Amino acid sequence: MDNKKIFRVGFALFWLIALALLALDTATSNSVRVEPPPIALGSGQAASGGHCSGR
Amino acid sequence: MRWLNRTFLISGALAGVLAVTLAAGLRQGLLALLGIGFGAVLQGARFGFTTGWRDFIERRDPQGLWAQMLLMVLAAAFTLPLIAGSGGELVGAVAPLTISLVLGAFLFGAAMQLADGCGSGTLYKAGGGSPLSFVVLPTFAFGSFLGASHQPAWIEAGGLPAVDLLALGWPTALAITVAGCGLVAWLAGRAARTAQGAAAQTGPQGVAQQLVRAGTASFVAAAPAPAAGTRFARRWWLGALLLAVLYLVHLVIAGQPWGIVYGMGVWGAKAVTALGWDLSADAFWGVAPHAQRLLDPILADVTSVTNIGLIYGAIAASRWNGAADFSLPSGKRLIAAAIAGLVMGYSARMAFGCNVGAYLGGIASASVHGWVWFALAFAGSIVGVRIRRRVDA
Repeated sequence: MDNKKIFRVGFALFWLIALALLALDTATSNSVRVEPPPIALGSGQAASGGHCSGR
Repeated sequence: MRWLNRTFLISGALAGVLAVTLAAGLRQGLLALLGIGFGAVLQGARFGFTTGWRDFIERRDPQGLWAQMLLMVLAAAFTLPLIAGSGGELVGAVAPLTISLVLGAFLFGAAMQLADGCGSGTLYKAGGGSPLSFVVLPTFAFGSFLGASHQPAWIEAGGLPAVDLLALGWPTALAITVAGCGLVAWLAGRAARTAQGAAAQTGPQGVAQQLVRAGTASFVAAAPAPAAGTRFARRWWLGALLLAVLYLVHLVIAGQPWGIVYGMGVWGAKAVTALGWDLSADAFWGVAPHAQRLLDPILADVTSVTNIGLIYGAIAASRWNGAADFSLPSGKRLIAAAIAGLVMGYSARMAFGCNVGAYLGGIASASVHGWVWFALAFAGSIVGVRIRRRVDA
């Protein structure tokens, strides 16, 4: 197998493992949380998500 | 078989959005869909912040800078009136003018040239199948986690408070933003014309003149810009327009500007916690609201879910016409990129964001920290391009 094929297999494996870890995280994390309204504008609630600017 | 490939990619996107909606709610599902849009546009238009800057530094090709300034102006025009009238439902990216902002932005600008991608660039290129960005991604996430952990200490090192031009009213804030972006675009175009003019002169005198003029704009001598370099290619302006629309919709849905690095820090923090690192006493990850975000699923985090969508969007766009081709870089180049990814992740948290959260988000939110970030990161990129040449040699 040449290097490109090895990389392609590694690429697919990486994302499959990442997907599996994401599913595991979703299944094991805190399941009780207050779901925000679908759209922030007009919701009457202050923005509460994390952002790199410091919040 | 192309239709089968495309049906598979579209089905995957819809299934992913549905899964996120079921797991984390409708807002997160919509944000995942937006993320796919960001990734598809970035990959489809090859809208690279890093490449745009490097094209200007090395060849005085102004198109990337023009497109970025167009994106800023459109994003500001679309969102500043909304933020001003939202009563706190929508917020901009506003951050203080700290010493850490200056140092972090400079380091980030240098590192992103070595990593061949900034925050958004690393994600979409990793999705698109670039081996270099694939190597950068994990070190970027770890650096972002570590940088966030140290961010409170960096802020204590001192600086000035945030300057939010929106306090002057949105028309004034927008006018200042448009004037600033217009000035950058004009200077970039002028430098390109100057480089072309000097290139047209032959002989040692012309070459010397070009070097002197190039030296006044940056410390990297410019190669002659191609004649077509001053025509604004469709992929650039169309990419800027689509990204600005997506940026507006993201703000309306999430209540905050598009960001990248916070989510990657969450991934790093989740990973080290799973490996046994106790973050309960951490100055950043151990306090509200960040501690709660580590308890919640990744899919509940705004920037994480758009990042994941972005990666998928790039995967889909790069394979829309079949398997994507790529070239494998040298081992030395991969190691340099991995180290640069670590520096990039760390410095992005010192500087309150990357090219998306601080540069685009900051300038489009009329926060002065966005302009400071741009100036320092561009200066860092000039150094980064020089280092990159040595690594590639």
